[in-house]
Amino acid sequence: MTAGTVTPYRPDRQAGRDGFAQLLHAEWTKFRTVRGWVIGMTVALLVTAGIGLFAAGATTSSCQSAGGGPTRTGSACGTAAFPVGPGGVPVDDSFYFVRQPLTGNGSITVQVTSLTGLLPPANPNALVSPNGPADTRPGLVPWAKAGLIIKNGTSQGSAYAAMMVTADHGVRMQDNYTNDTAGQPGAVSPASPRWLRLTRSGDTITGYDSADGTHWTQVGTVHLAGLSSTVQAGLFAASPEYTVESQNFGGGTNGSSMPSQATAAFDHVTRSGTWPDGTWTGAYIGAADASGIGGYHQAGDRFTVTGSGDIAPVIAGSGNEGDPDSTLTDYLAGTFAGLIAVIVVATMFITAEYRRGLIRITLTASPQRGRVLAAKALVIGSVTFVAGLVAAAAAVIFGAQLSRHKGTYVFPASWATELRVIAGTAALLAIAAVLALAIGTVLRRSAAAVTLVIVVIVLPYIMGVASVLPASASDWLLRITPAAAFAILQAAPQYPQVNAIYTPTSGYFPLAPWAGLAVLCAYAALALSLAVVLLSRRDA
Amino acid sequence: MSQALHAGPPGLSVARRAEVTGLRDALHAEWTKLRTVSGPAWLLAGLIVLTVAVSAAATAAVRCPTGTACSVDTTKLSLTGIEFGQAIVAILAVLVISAEYSTGMIRITLAAMPRRSAVLAAKAVLVAGLVLAAGTIAVGGSLLAGRIILPGHGFTPARGFPLESLADGPTLRAAAGSVLYLALIALLSLGIATVVRDSAVAIGLVLGLLYLSPIIVSVVAGDPVWSHRLERYAPMSAGLTIQDTIGLRGLPISPWGGLGVLAAWAAVAMLAGGLVLRWRDA
Repeated sequence: MTAGTVTPYRPDRQAGRDGFAQLLHAEWTKFRTVRGWVIGMTVALLVTAGIGLFAAGATTSSCQSAGGGPTRTGSACGTAAFPVGPGGVPVDDSFYFVRQPLTGNGSITVQVTSLTGLLPPANPNALVSPNGPADTRPGLVPWAKAGLIIKNGTSQGSAYAAMMVTADHGVRMQDNYTNDTAGQPGAVSPASPRWLRLTRSGDTITGYDSADGTHWTQVGTVHLAGLSSTVQAGLFAASPEYTVESQNFGGGTNGSSMPSQATAAFDHVTRSGTWPDGTWTGAYIGAADASGIGGYHQAGDRFTVTGSGDIAPVIAGSGNEGDPDSTLTDYLAGTFAGLIAVIVVATMFITAEYRRGLIRITLTASPQRGRVLAAKALVIGSVTFVAGLVAAAAAVIFGAQLSRHKGTYVFPASWATELRVIAGTAALLAIAAVLALAIGTVLRRSAAAVTLVIVVIVLPYIMGVASVLPASASDWLLRITPAAAFAILQAAPQYPQVNAIYTPTSGYFPLAPWAGLAVLCAYAALALSLAVVLLSRRDA
Repeated sequence: MSQALHAGPPGLSVARRAEVTGLRDALHAEWTKLRTVSGPAWLLAGLIVLTVAVSAAATAAVRCPTGTACSVDTTKLSLTGIEFGQAIVAILAVLVISAEYSTGMIRITLAAMPRRSAVLAAKAVLVAGLVLAAGTIAVGGSLLAGRIILPGHGFTPARGFPLESLADGPTLRAAAGSVLYLALIALLSLGIATVVRDSAVAIGLVLGLLYLSPIIVSVVAGDPVWSHRLERYAPMSAGLTIQDTIGLRGLPISPWGGLGVLAAWAAVAMLAGGLVLRWRDA
């Protein structure tokens, strides 16, 4: 025994002061040195981007009508087939318009005494061969509309503001395709007529409604940018397609659309401002949904106007099957596959420690167990977020290019939406990873934990898109289960003033995007708290 | 000593005798392993409870209002729980082999039973048998729940929805087929788990293989060729056609053909598992 000086090992840093950085470093080292986990995360990245790109590449244009638009053939394939509204969104702009030019400021007032219409036959089987008026029956679709409109010219997609009565939604003021303001409620009838007024002053148009023609209420004021000095103003009637929803066995909800028509009776048409003395012009803007629908009849200041079509934004995926249209959501279908890989890696990030007994060393080195779990969650969450960000950005950017190249119509999305969808996908994967880590800590068994997390996140979505459950039941599944988070992928907005089949299959979710992600966050927080409690109380 | 071990049925060659006793001993050993841990029993109970509960909930969620024409495959609806139950079958089948790898038990097993294919065969027979037994109860319970719930929701015999009964040919085919479906899922999972060894990875692969196909079908719906291919050859989409009792003409693949596709997947997975187990060091 030599009596030399033995320097005992003293850690440079005191645990507890800045121990968390060391913990993070330790967990990061564990992650990056296990080859299987790095491979798993790479697989997650590749499938997240790859499946969406595959879907975009596999879908080729089939040149059918979409969203109720006219049938496109030949060279029309592969070009933007929808008129584009002032906001840049693709729109439906077809209605019967009885008009006169209005120069400068002025107003138009009218009394609407009735709104009636014709629907295609109720029996869906008869929808296959709708020939002539014999098959139709009286009735209105909920958003059948007629009233006053001031429009910046007669081309499809031009700016407009309109006051209208609707079948089921009372008086509305709508402008520029996407905006909708409610006026007086209730249906119109000869016993309970509605008075409507539109006033133009510069580029400002104000809408009023009244029950008696003397007491007026302002419904809304809109500014139509770039409104020319002479505008087209007058009466209109439109009636969106009648959609029969059917439960598609093993494939969610399907819809078949048939043209409908609406007829409105107007009285006491009065005008102020500079109008020509000549007669009114009646014609379709766009085209009728079916030939033979539409027209007007004038007797003094009484008018009867019949029309079909709609003035509204186009809803993605609402058209017939095989429509070559897609939204950003379609390119992110790989998220589900990536999710499974992420769940496996994140679960193993803790269960492997239990299996190898490493957890005892980990907890000896860092006795504050909650901090260990926090460090693990931070590391796996961040790694997944970065991988998800790269994958989602690649899928969205290249998917849209590939789709356009294939002749598929890509619904435009704003920069904000694009960013939200990309960052949201990454956040969804990261939070799912934290949830898997927490469940793995609670159960300590990889197989059970992986299955539980996959079943609660992915299966409710599958039940929503491909099952026998009615839409209401699958809606609830996508509200209350962790699968609600897929709402963050929704790229196309949902419009209450357009009756369409908003299903997860076509990229619409029952919850708002961030609300859906918040549901998953709540589950992850709950599981993480439970994991911290159990990790602290249980022997490792 | 060796005589005691190889005291198989008389009248067989020594090699054949060893083969028969090998499988019998392997079965006995595997049965002891399964019987003496609590996991498998819980999983089988969970399979029954989850399948029946989900089936009953799905059936209770669907109504056929008076005066409307409903085209609902009530048998398939009553068997919705299979989609969830198969996840538990996958856990059970994966753990039968991967638990041995994670504890190192596999080295003892293979030392005691050098005929590795017999070990895998014994595991396959046992897990498939257990799943068949529990699956029969689960499917029976699901149909019974449908029989009780459906008439109250407008699906009455008077409106063309006879009570769920095994005397009905297509219903019997759907019921028996669903039990077989679960057993095939077990074999598929066992084969995959034998190849990859780790339970988390194996479960991820199995559930990904099963659950991703309907999602991918829904996104490539614009391309009839690819969606048709997927519906015909993906294990879950094809296998579950065995549950269809109406609209059989519109199916992408016939019910038994679909189950056959799943059987092919299971066979390939088991074959791969058997070969890898034979060639690889444990």
